[in-house]
Amino acid sequence: MEEAGTEKHQATDASTIAATVAATVEGYRSGKSSLIAVMQDISQEYGYLPEEVIKEVSKQIEVPISIFYSLATFYSSFRLEPIGRKHICVCVGTACHVRGASQIVDTLQRDLQLAPGETSKDGNYTLETVNCVGACALGPLVTVNGEYYGKMDQKKISRLVKSIRREIDENQ
Amino acid sequence: MKLSLEDIQQLRERYAALASTRRGHGKAHDHVDLLVCAGTGCVSNHSLKIKAALSAEIEKRDLQERVRVVTTGCNGFCANGPIVVVKPDDIFYQLLAEEDIPELVEEHFVKGTPVKRLMYRPDKGEQPIARMNDIPFFGKQQLIALANRGLVDPEKIEEYIALDGYRGLVKVLSEMSPEQVIEEIKASGLRGRGGAGFPTGKKWEFCRSAPGQPRYIICNADEGDPGAFMDRSIVESDPHALLEGMLIGAYAIGASEGFIYIRAEYPLALERLTRALEQAREYGLLGEGILGTSFSFDISVSKGAGAFVCGEETSLIASLEGRLPEPRVRPPYPAQSGYRGKPTNINNVETWANVPRIITRGSDWFSSIGTDASKGTKVFSLVGKVNNTGLVEVPMGITMREIVFDIGGGIPDGRRFKAVQTGGPSGGCIPESLLDTPVDYESLVQAGSIMGSGGMIVMDERNCMVEVARYFIGFTQEESCGKCSPCREGTWHMLNILENITRGEGREGDIELLEQLGRHIKETALCGLGKTAPNPVLTTIRYFRDEYEAHIREKRCPAGVCKALIAYRIDAEKCTGCTACATNCPVACISGQRKQTHVIDQQRCIKCGMCYSVCNFDAVRID
Repeated sequence: MEEAGTEKHQATDASTIAATVAATVEGYRSGKSSLIAVMQDISQEYGYLPEEVIKEVSKQIEVPISIFYSLATFYSSFRLEPIGRKHICVCVGTACHVRGASQIVDTLQRDLQLAPGETSKDGNYTLETVNCVGACALGPLVTVNGEYYGKMDQKKISRLVKSIRREIDENQ
Repeated sequence: MKLSLEDIQQLRERYAALASTRRGHGKAHDHVDLLVCAGTGCVSNHSLKIKAALSAEIEKRDLQERVRVVTTGCNGFCANGPIVVVKPDDIFYQLLAEEDIPELVEEHFVKGTPVKRLMYRPDKGEQPIARMNDIPFFGKQQLIALANRGLVDPEKIEEYIALDGYRGLVKVLSEMSPEQVIEEIKASGLRGRGGAGFPTGKKWEFCRSAPGQPRYIICNADEGDPGAFMDRSIVESDPHALLEGMLIGAYAIGASEGFIYIRAEYPLALERLTRALEQAREYGLLGEGILGTSFSFDISVSKGAGAFVCGEETSLIASLEGRLPEPRVRPPYPAQSGYRGKPTNINNVETWANVPRIITRGSDWFSSIGTDASKGTKVFSLVGKVNNTGLVEVPMGITMREIVFDIGGGIPDGRRFKAVQTGGPSGGCIPESLLDTPVDYESLVQAGSIMGSGGMIVMDERNCMVEVARYFIGFTQEESCGKCSPCREGTWHMLNILENITRGEGREGDIELLEQLGRHIKETALCGLGKTAPNPVLTTIRYFRDEYEAHIREKRCPAGVCKALIAYRIDAEKCTGCTACATNCPVACISGQRKQTHVIDQQRCIKCGMCYSVCNFDAVRID
């Protein structure tokens, strides 16, 4: 697996993982935070829920790993795989939908050769859809690594993909 | 510095000048505040660069003593951002670019001539409208939950206090018993703004009188309806209104701990909420012995992890407890057995934000607004195919037509209105013939929809109602938790049938089958998500049956949306041979020489619609 989410921690070294996890689960042990909050902290730290980290959490707080899997696959904000360097997210809320969000998704699928939910093999791009980011007046809306691009159409989104590609190429 | 009940009043007096400027009472030459909208919409339109440019120009001309730049939460008129409002004279500038700022500062604040070119114009050629409240979008609105929108810096508690903030809390702590507070809320007629419309005072009373300690209160800020951003805006623009509402509720119910369950997709709201909580604690408005009294209460924030079903009370509680958010059978209601099995009261953001204003101004004032059974106002996010997209707060009982056409300015590009969808995935589509329906809880249910949390999505003739129904049922199917079979299996079947219809594979009897399935799911599903999931399908069948029939019998999509049923063609009379379509076609299936009519190869066309969107001569037709 290519490394991705370069700014995030790398989940490789067992002792580092154990230390990070120990700090994260402190609140859970004292009853101050829930399992979901622990998982959100891990996601924040690593960009996703790495298997070896979840195993360590499971061991430390004595909660079966199946519970984590069940929660992680129920809630849409958790991911079990690392995210690409460029996280492209298309809002498919109703307001964006009636203004043509599905055409934006189609164009991105075609340009990036990815289905929503997939990350490219080189770890450069993740394409996702989101139910609504609440910026409905700007629809159709796309976010790239959290930055908003509003009033999209097929031409603008193709141009945006080109500029993202250029940025990736320049940094490699 | 912890404040006492008296300190709050003194602090308010210290900021009297600020309050009068913001309310438009001061004289323009004394002191001017430039209110820069920094809601999610305007920030995405780079309003923070506008703010920086304003500050720089003001400093360059040494005006900073007289002209202050303030960032506020969402102004509401998102379609026209970035927005700056000049107070006290209420001049409204819109669609600003950085290049406009030197001229704006020089002309308006040095020479004293407001810049007409940057003001709102109803139509091209018409005179610009200078004052914000003269703009039709704002004129018909009445602000209660959004009373401070665009008026205060959401990161400064002093500004909230200056504009009568925490006056309601002081009132309940110094002169009212918890029972009196509950009576006041009951008398106001306030009903839950999250969707179901249960009377708020009654809900509080149930929780207060339920056996068990401690009691909890929760704010549901997990705004899950797609196409709705009321709660996000309230949290972003006026977080203290929510905190004050919760404080008053906690006092009335007898709770000492509260939670705000907020969507993780709202980073700006989360940031401002966190800041507001810190300030409230600093000032002694949260924590032990609030404002020097014996009342103690604190709030913690929980980030949602992305599950629509958490809008359901019992699911939200399960999620707060760190479990799978599956709803359970009620009763017992959360008021009897909620968070950790204790009496718990849940209201949504807008409901809580109404509370301080009701306490401050009295239940008589509040109940004088609205209709017999629906009191006060409702906030809607008016979006979709409407000119003035944004956030509006209107008195209950106003008609859909007034909202869409008077406030919303009608449909863009001269297209025809088709329907307005309210209540999100639980609501329905209301057709043109019912545009004069008053907006209140009961009338909307009668029309087959619901009030819901306040999404109002306008659709025009280019929206296919069958496809819209498929979209919504696809959403609920995806978000169904899977616990009860009517919802899990039923929505899946409805989705399958609708997908077939939009693919041109619909059969006779499909409409009746959808109706039957819809009725059964409504009657038998476990929770609100399932019980309301068929609404978008049932209402579109009720009002747009002909569109379903066209898809099934004639294999035709009248709105030209469903890919399998349409073809893109180039009109030889209109085509100028500009080559724009051929250049942009992703599969290179358009041929033709420059200045000659182009032709689409139907065999290779993937119906992406690119040619249609790039043609400047309306030469691409959808058949």
